[in-house]
Amino acid sequence: MTPAFPFDLLIVGAGPAGLSAAVEAASRGLCVAVVDEFPEPGGRMLGQFHEEKGHWWVGRQVAEQLLDKCSALGVKIRCGVSVHSILRSGAEWVLKTSEGSMQARNVLLATGSAEIPHPLPGWTLPGVMSIGAAQVMANVHYVKPGRRGLIIGVNVLAMAISRELSVSGVSIAGIVLPGIGPITGKEASPKESLKELMGLAHLAPSPLMRIGGKAANALGMAGFVSRFIPRSGIKIWDIPLRLRTVAVSINGRSQVQSVTLADVNGEGAVIPGSQREELVDFVAIAGGLYPLAELASVAGCPFVYAEELGGHVPVHDEQMRTPVEGLYVAGNITGIESALVAMAQGRLAAATISGDTGLLGQHHDQEVQEAMQDVRRVRASALIQFRPGIQEARDQFYRKCGRFQREKNGIKEEG
Amino acid sequence: MDRIENHPILGPRKSKREPVDFTFNGEKWAGLKGEPIAAALLAVGIRTLRRHEESGSPRGLYCSIGHCMECRLNVQGKGTVRACLTPLEAGMCISEGERLPNEITGRRLP
Repeated sequence: MTPAFPFDLLIVGAGPAGLSAAVEAASRGLCVAVVDEFPEPGGRMLGQFHEEKGHWWVGRQVAEQLLDKCSALGVKIRCGVSVHSILRSGAEWVLKTSEGSMQARNVLLATGSAEIPHPLPGWTLPGVMSIGAAQVMANVHYVKPGRRGLIIGVNVLAMAISRELSVSGVSIAGIVLPGIGPITGKEASPKESLKELMGLAHLAPSPLMRIGGKAANALGMAGFVSRFIPRSGIKIWDIPLRLRTVAVSINGRSQVQSVTLADVNGEGAVIPGSQREELVDFVAIAGGLYPLAELASVAGCPFVYAEELGGHVPVHDEQMRTPVEGLYVAGNITGIESALVAMAQGRLAAATISGDTGLLGQHHDQEVQEAMQDVRRVRASALIQFRPGIQEARDQFYRKCGRFQREKNGIKEEG
Repeated sequence: MDRIENHPILGPRKSKREPVDFTFNGEKWAGLKGEPIAAALLAVGIRTLRRHEESGSPRGLYCSIGHCMECRLNVQGKGTVRACLTPLEAGMCISEGERLPNEITGRRLP
């Protein structure tokens, strides 16, 4: 499928960032193609839905609207195509894919994110999956991941997807903590988990969660956990959130049959003698997300580690431009945030690329500035915030990247 | 596992999918054309997609979106594929990923 001419813009990833960028860039006159290795375009939006002010936000509908626009604008979308290499050849990029090579003057990496596992004894048994896998099976492929499942890991993703699974008719035995280990670290303690949950207190309709934020601050985290959280957990959307329970091991011969649970104190230490078995036929591990950025690395883009953004992030400026000529990034590859932020970033990247290719004319600075402000606006009003203080973390990241650029250009830092 | 026929929020599946037959490890099953092999197998209750190459322990799907490579199995005429990304076709002959002879690693495992 090698076209006779290179595309103006080739986008890797047909999720919220990639499709939004495609619509924006094609409407400005660029010849755009999108590739994605999933058989269907839409990215993880295909399986996402949540309640918002009394109605359901359905990711699939948002994806379908973007796809309609793409097809009206003549954007070429190729699914089931994996990109495994990216090379700069003269003024063009050559991408090696599972279906041959493709050429483009500019490349936008909108590859999204991947999940961090919480390994524990028994986690390789069939029936153990990432929380995102359970979401995809139920909400995209319409096959239940199991009859009754346990969620390991307390974070935004775990809460949101547990709710989706429960609405989809999958029975959830509860959400428990991963035990504290060399990989999970301190975030596995009840104290830290509660702190993280406070960031999404407004997502839960339960008054206990809302009060939780204030009570926790007033009483001190450990005090709050040990005094107020019953061993059976708090029910949120009918799902028991067991902040004093950890998963010790996953058991079964050829597939998941049960999970051994134990109670912990406020600091996360197991209370001796509290072990018992919970019968389930699947387990979903929710360890959080990290930017999926291998292609940026292959393309020669430098990285900066930013904990608040989810890990190693390709160096880029606030206009979504990397230091590598003709290479741009948008969406979760730039840091973990919700689909709406990814969409705004996609539109911004398209504006920047259009400006860099000279398509925007004399007003291009203003248009890019407006798109940048839009990203900030969407971020500030996002219902689901994966990390508190994300804008501050972004600002710090852009300063760091700016320093990196100036050093690369041989400009000495002042002071 | 149960299929969700009419999703309470998302509604019925938009594109109707045609039922097709396939085989897994020589046994005959039915699935829906175009759904990933992993979904078709899960729907008939098959979770083990592969035996670990060295230990032979059973493995299933883990990430379901092509990142983790845990679900690799064999499709006649296609070789090793990721079950979570490869669409089911009529008459596919599928077999689980196999344990390799230990002469390759030279190690003795319990």
